[in-house]
Amino acid sequence: MTAKYVTLIERTMAAIDTPAARGPRIRVDLQLIADMVAPGSRVLDVGCGDGALLDYLVHFKQVDGRGIELSQAGVNACVAAGLSAIQGDADTDLADYPDNAFDYVILSQTLQATRDPRKVLENLVRIGKRAIVSFPNFGHWRVRWYLGWVGRMPETAALPDRWYNTPNIHLCTISDFVGLCKELDVEIEKALAIDDKGKAIRVFGHWLANLVGEQGMFLLRQRD
Amino acid sequence: MTSLSVHAPGKAPELPGKRLSFGERRLKLDCGVDLPGVTLAYQTYGTLNAEKSNAILICHALTGDQFVADQNPVTGKPGWWQVMIGPGLPIDTDRFFVICANVLGGCMGTTGPSSTDPATGQPYGLGFPVITVGDMVRLQSWLIDHLGIDKLFAVIGGSMGGMQVLQWAATYPDRVFAAVPIACAARHSAQNIAFHEVGRQAIMADPEWRKGAYQAEGTNPSRGLSVARMAAHITYLSEAALHRKFGRNLQDRSAVTYGFDADFQVESYLRHQGSIFVDRFDANSYLYITRAMDYFDLAAQFGGHLPRAFKDTKTRFCLVSFTSDWLFPTSESRAIVHALNAVAANVSFVEIESDKGHDAFLLDEPEFFKVLRGFLDGCAELRGIR
Repeated sequence: MTAKYVTLIERTMAAIDTPAARGPRIRVDLQLIADMVAPGSRVLDVGCGDGALLDYLVHFKQVDGRGIELSQAGVNACVAAGLSAIQGDADTDLADYPDNAFDYVILSQTLQATRDPRKVLENLVRIGKRAIVSFPNFGHWRVRWYLGWVGRMPETAALPDRWYNTPNIHLCTISDFVGLCKELDVEIEKALAIDDKGKAIRVFGHWLANLVGEQGMFLLRQRD
Repeated sequence: MTSLSVHAPGKAPELPGKRLSFGERRLKLDCGVDLPGVTLAYQTYGTLNAEKSNAILICHALTGDQFVADQNPVTGKPGWWQVMIGPGLPIDTDRFFVICANVLGGCMGTTGPSSTDPATGQPYGLGFPVITVGDMVRLQSWLIDHLGIDKLFAVIGGSMGGMQVLQWAATYPDRVFAAVPIACAARHSAQNIAFHEVGRQAIMADPEWRKGAYQAEGTNPSRGLSVARMAAHITYLSEAALHRKFGRNLQDRSAVTYGFDADFQVESYLRHQGSIFVDRFDANSYLYITRAMDYFDLAAQFGGHLPRAFKDTKTRFCLVSFTSDWLFPTSESRAIVHALNAVAANVSFVEIESDKGHDAFLLDEPEFFKVLRGFLDGCAELRGIR
């Protein structure tokens, strides 16, 4: 395992180091994503919602940012806020973009809701020099306990929906995801296990991350 | 009717407003003709800043004109986009310098088929060369040169105006900071060409049309033009809007009359729309401008590959469509978005929920206004416009 799980202490230090440069607060897990993005870069946020992360990146990291969002209301809110966004989804709209069009392509909490996550991942690392992907971890101990003990589809903070109305049609574990990356020759430059508060947890190795992480978050790159 | 004057073709030179004449300078048209003696009629609103960085060019639609934000001198009605353009409005004339010119081929002061042919001293009529959206934009660029503006802050337009916006962005990418093509397409569809053909045939079937020489012969094909407008007007609305407005309601009567009077309100409405249109528009202009739209196919200008039209563009795009617009449906805008994505252009695309059909872009649609204001504010921030 070459990937390094960044420690909580490192995160906390970073947060204390430059409070002035950070501006307004965004959701903690979005902040973790923002921290991975180099200032002044070109960013595509897939599933950008109402543009909270994009707005932060544009104003506090001076990125050239674009968003794709499924909900028209979300897109309209983004554009009305001066952000570039289009209506679309990860399954159908990523194929349009040329190779290496962006420095970072972000897919936050969406991979598990796509029809073809493998194709989506291939596209992410194709059109972005780097991709940042986060998803709810189905290998978390609480999920395992729920399924193993209660015998029903797990409902947790990260997975609040019932089995019949969840948009999450392709749930996976951190280990599953790491396996797919290996299969696609995608290099994991950074991996974070994230707790239910959205904070990075200090752990070593994917196996443990897979047990204690509510979410996995990865910085990825297609190997040449 | 509120008309201040009946707009007989050829009276356009007497209309108020700004004029720019190019004398002997010849406009190279796509059809191969070099057109001399071109005049452009235009209006401006607001003030051009010292850096000349705050200019917005508004491109009008098929039957629009340069009176976008002040009273129309022919109809006496407010400008066609006066709800959008003005102090404090989304296109804020306290911040931006707004330019709108009557298109080439028009009948509101810019050279068109009703203008005098310098070679004959007679109105051009069908002697006027067939023009394209590309020609319209080329002439507009002369105006922008004349105003000393290197780069427009934005080019904005709906319908045929949107086609001009796309043409601007493709032909002069370095002169367009932001482009807002609204309710338009990168090429005119077969269905839309078909509707235009119906309109043209209605005009040409009018015995007063006289093969286009009605000015010289002292006639006016107003019945044909009015039918053309009625047919077109239906395409600007939606089934839902027509139903909401009129349903099957009868016009000033309690029962159908078993005749061909305007029994239904919708008939009466269309007849009215047709009749007021002929007071402000020239039949030959209608032929020429609809033809320009029919010929519009941006991809064809770039080897059949639409993304090539926008290769390496730095322009920021914001496309807008309306849910009930079946003349330029959302799928047309989406095709442009796909092409822009293929070159990783900076593009926003919003679809506005509205039951008002194609005409929605001219109306007070709060969501649309909010989006356009936000887009322009964001761009102005980047462009350093206060």
